[in-house]
Amino acid sequence: MLSLDGLVAICILYVVALFGIAFLAEKKATEGNARWLNSPFVYTLSLSIYTTAWTFYGAVGSAARSGLEFMTIYLGPTLVFIGWFWLLRKMVRIGRAQRITSIADMISSRYGKSGALAALVTVLAVIGTTPYVALQLQSVTLSFSVFADPGEFAALGTDTTAVWVAGGLALFTIIFGTRSLDVNERHPGLVSAIALEAIVKLAALLAVGVFVVWGVAEGPADILARIDESPISEWSSNGARWVGLTTLSAAAILCLPRMFQVLVVENANEGHLATASWAFPLYLLLMSLFVLPIAVVGLQVLPEGANPDLYVLTLPLAFDQDMLALLVFLGGFSSATSMVIVAALALSTMLSNHIIVPIWLWVTKGEDPMSGDMRRVALMARRLSIIGVLFLGLIYYRSSGGSVALASIGLIAFLGVSQVLPALLGGIFWRGATRAGAMAGIGAGFAIWAWVLLMPNAATSGLMQGMLESGPFGIEWLRPSTPLGIRGADPLLTAMVLSLGVNTFLFTFVSLITFPSPMERLQGAQFVNVFDHSAPTPGWQGGAAAADDLLIMAQRILGTGRAGRLFQQAAAAQGRAASLPDPNPDFLKMLERELAGSVGAATAHAMVYQITGGATVSVRDLLAVADETAQMMEYSSQLERQSSELTRTAARLREANQKLTELAEQKDTFLSQISHELRTPMTSIRAFSELLMQGEDLEEETRQKFSRIIHTESMRLTRLLDDLLDLSVLEHGRVTLNESPATLAEVLDKAEAATGVMESGGRIRIVRDRDAEQIDLMTDGDRLAQVFINLISNAQKYCDAGEPELRIRVQRQPGRVDVEFSDNGSGIPERQQSLIFEKFTRLETTRDAQGAGLGLAISREIMQRLGGRLSYVPGQGGAAFRVRLPGRALRAA
Amino acid sequence: MGRRVLLVEDEINIFEAISFLLSRDGWEVSGHGNGATALDEIARLDPDVLVLDVMLPGRSGLDILRDLRKQPETADLPVLMLTAKGQSKDRDLALALGANAYLTKPFSNSEMVETLNRVATGGQKAGT
Repeated sequence: MLSLDGLVAICILYVVALFGIAFLAEKKATEGNARWLNSPFVYTLSLSIYTTAWTFYGAVGSAARSGLEFMTIYLGPTLVFIGWFWLLRKMVRIGRAQRITSIADMISSRYGKSGALAALVTVLAVIGTTPYVALQLQSVTLSFSVFADPGEFAALGTDTTAVWVAGGLALFTIIFGTRSLDVNERHPGLVSAIALEAIVKLAALLAVGVFVVWGVAEGPADILARIDESPISEWSSNGARWVGLTTLSAAAILCLPRMFQVLVVENANEGHLATASWAFPLYLLLMSLFVLPIAVVGLQVLPEGANPDLYVLTLPLAFDQDMLALLVFLGGFSSATSMVIVAALALSTMLSNHIIVPIWLWVTKGEDPMSGDMRRVALMARRLSIIGVLFLGLIYYRSSGGSVALASIGLIAFLGVSQVLPALLGGIFWRGATRAGAMAGIGAGFAIWAWVLLMPNAATSGLMQGMLESGPFGIEWLRPSTPLGIRGADPLLTAMVLSLGVNTFLFTFVSLITFPSPMERLQGAQFVNVFDHSAPTPGWQGGAAAADDLLIMAQRILGTGRAGRLFQQAAAAQGRAASLPDPNPDFLKMLERELAGSVGAATAHAMVYQITGGATVSVRDLLAVADETAQMMEYSSQLERQSSELTRTAARLREANQKLTELAEQKDTFLSQISHELRTPMTSIRAFSELLMQGEDLEEETRQKFSRIIHTESMRLTRLLDDLLDLSVLEHGRVTLNESPATLAEVLDKAEAATGVMESGGRIRIVRDRDAEQIDLMTDGDRLAQVFINLISNAQKYCDAGEPELRIRVQRQPGRVDVEFSDNGSGIPERQQSLIFEKFTRLETTRDAQGAGLGLAISREIMQRLGGRLSYVPGQGGAAFRVRLPGRALRAA
Repeated sequence: MGRRVLLVEDEINIFEAISFLLSRDGWEVSGHGNGATALDEIARLDPDVLVLDVMLPGRSGLDILRDLRKQPETADLPVLMLTAKGQSKDRDLALALGANAYLTKPFSNSEMVETLNRVATGGQKAGT
């Protein structure tokens, strides 16, 4: 035996260790590198709060009293985890999608976010859990009294111990359960502390088992023999009770507020559930492995009056195994504390969210709802709730006198919280379930349970006692011990069948005769079809599932990009960038409008309403419709694209065809022009040469004249061929430019000399400004001269002034030089100005022009080759051409 | 039947050649070099035969021919068309418009004289 001080010290040390683990986990989680926290095994171990001190100590007690019946408590959850895995998965998915915070939240959320329903479930949960908390306090106190020196413990008293324990647990829960301002956050510190406690209690139980089997007895064979000898093997199992208890524990694992907390709310990753589905049953199996040997050995070894509920602790003590006993003590302590902590956390969430905060809001109704810091209020409410829950447990423990009667309270609590089951399962699988049905079912089941089972076990006051013994107002069939006049049956089973039966019937019946509100339909669809829409994402996503669905639908109809932009804009407009927009009426209206553009207003309305409001057609059907529509639109737009592609191709072909036709025409015209230009001089040559050949009677003068004409026309032919070749090379071939330095004046001199204006004494006078012409050039002087020659000879040929004059002006501009040739003739008619650079164009007004009409075309090509430009300058009176020399032709002075 | 011929031709050397040939053959030759004023010149001179070039400055010989055939005074005027464009479609067009004969440049001197005489005497329409 340890001194009380030593025991307290060990407890404090243990709690400090738990604090340490919790702090570490919180820190790691905040830093985001808590890998072990994300292990599915931590999640599985946290589920072990199912095995409280009641099962830690009580299973052995139960085995000693009633044989294998204790197995039902493990059997129910095992069946659920293995057989109903998909139900758990659905619950977890819904919890994730709807951001559920508690079992009460789950129920109320499903039934149109009903505040009344949430409050009812909360009250039910508190009433159902309080005795359970009391049970844990009792077990800790009891183990203290057994373990510690009796003298010392008596001085302290059980009540004081319970107060200290309750206070310590409240503190721990407040610190790790309400640390964060975000009440929706998970509690990694708390969960890891619980996981550690799960290991401790399993280790303790296994250690005692090993000690019993191999330390006290002589191995498994001996134990089996002892079991055969013991009265345990003689207890016949009651089939109905087995089925009942298994069902009850199966229901409890789904409905217990603390189980919901760790199973759904604290779930970090849906995938963890897969591991838990085999690991948790394994944990339960290990926990129950040595229950029977311990009970049998306890019955045989320990004195007659010893409390079988404490065999686990008293057996090691009887064999002076203090360290083992200490481990067991810590195991029991762990079982109790972890349960109380999570239960307090779960209840406080429910109390604050569904009772305290609504009341606070109602009280402060006049004030601006946005003014106060709601989170602070919620957090404070939760802290007060935790204290309240533990205080209630303490009160219950003290008022019940810490009697052995508490032993049965576990099952009673199970049945209490199980009243939620019909509404929970119905809500998940049946869209027709209504709030009224849930209220009626839970309310009636709760009332029956309280009256038939809870009150007789808890009430102590005189008035109540009388009512309980003879029924209210003496009405016999309302007496709790004989409800409906049923006598002699197992009271737990009676209460279970009665309460759950009435509950289920009312839930179903009332649901059938009432109509769900729009909000209920929406939530019903969300719950029942949760797998159709929500993606299994690790971690809490937040955001309303409806917005997810709307986005998926919009993407199918509008395409990913457009839908994404639409939702982003809407979210930004709502001030919640980087998340989905709140599907408020404005947003829905806008979305409907957008969708209507694609699928028509009626369909758009039906689709949006389907997701947000529920209807008889399934969401899946509508999404299929949306898919088809999207596909059809895709096909149609593809066809449109192809059609417009064809149109464009046809247009291109027409264009190309037209171009070819034009080219062919140009070619014909060109050939016809060349033919004309060649045949014309040849006509003269042929005619005159024939005359010369035949006519001996020609005078010498005439002969001379004819010969000259033949010569001139031959020269003209040669020039024409030269020009044609020149042009062909300039237009299509490679032209080698012989760039060399020269001044502009030199080039002009050369051109003037070539045209012969100076010798002839001048049909035309050329006016030049030699000073301005002193510009150094680096260009192909011959080619440039060719251009100048053409311009001068054109002026010579076409200037129709009485005293023809050609003025050559040089204008130096930054980066270029303009040389302008303007004569004083009548100029070129406007309609011909655009034609003069075309090949074979000669002015209609002229006669006997010797050129083929290629001069300007060639000159323009040359200037392009030289990097400059040749253009006609209109409005100068006479004909005026501008030769622009590029900067690169200018030689640095 | 007179022997006055009007030669509408803008190429001075070709005019010289034809003029020499026809004068030697006994024709009274006058010339005109501008398409735009050719009709007026024809009306003024009222020649017995017309030699008309297709490519004229100012107005095409074919256009002049079309107008000549429209006017009753000149509808029957014998016309010999000359062209340097060697394409048969030009010849067909000229004959369709009512040319009496058609010569493609370059032609032989005898060809020229014979054709003109045939045209002048109302022989069948012909040409090379």
